[in-house]
Amino acid sequence: METFLFWVFAIVGVGCGIMVVFHRNPMSSAIYLIVTMLCLAGFYALLAGPFVAVIQVLVYAGAVMVLMLFVIMMLNLREETLRREGSMIAWLVAGLIGLVLVLYVVPLFPRTSAGTPPAAFGTIEDVGSKLFTVYILPFELTSVLLLIAIIGAVTLATRRTL
Amino acid sequence: MIPISHYLTVSAILFTTGAIGVLMRRNALIILMSLELMLNAVNLSFVAYARMFNDVGGHVFVFLSITVAAAEAAVGLAILLTIFRTRETVDVDTLHLLQR
Repeated sequence: METFLFWVFAIVGVGCGIMVVFHRNPMSSAIYLIVTMLCLAGFYALLAGPFVAVIQVLVYAGAVMVLMLFVIMMLNLREETLRREGSMIAWLVAGLIGLVLVLYVVPLFPRTSAGTPPAAFGTIEDVGSKLFTVYILPFELTSVLLLIAIIGAVTLATRRTL
Repeated sequence: MIPISHYLTVSAILFTTGAIGVLMRRNALIILMSLELMLNAVNLSFVAYARMFNDVGGHVFVFLSITVAAAEAAVGLAILLTIFRTRETVDVDTLHLLQR
């Protein structure tokens, strides 16, 4: 069952990830990106991380992508407003470099299969107790970052001139 | 039982796809989406390694990086909106004001 789910998520996730980059219409790209993020949430669930899987669906597939779709609809881009994207040769070279990079990096990965995780691994209690003890400083700094982002986004979006 | 290297391979493929998107596309919206794809690929390798070492610290970092990515998307889209208001385009090749 785990193997079957892995291959479904892998094929759908990578396929939709490629479609995000290659599709001409930004709206379709955004929908494909949502599917990729849901597949990644499935991976997290397979990797014994229920908390991050739920956060991925809530924050990424929910909040961030709704924001993206909202901006795409607001800009109302038509396909012809954009010039043709890159030449065929440039795409081919980029794809080739990417393929070589992946083929070069992949053999370096550890081949070991992870054993069974501890009983409460990756639950909210487990992640939370680490987050509020060992990683308390990064957590607090993130709150400052979010405040800066709120102020920055509001001032940028309400201003009329660049 | 799926070996950890399979998850890392998926992560590498997704990251490369995102990098190609950032470098090749001219639509700023697609560039932002490719950036999100790259961030997601890195998150996947974080979780895979957390599983391998049985250390939940990887999950904490994914949680923090999702927060950072959400902030980045909000500010990036706000900048995009401002650019679109003044230039009426989101084509990054036309934004070369500093070259003059």
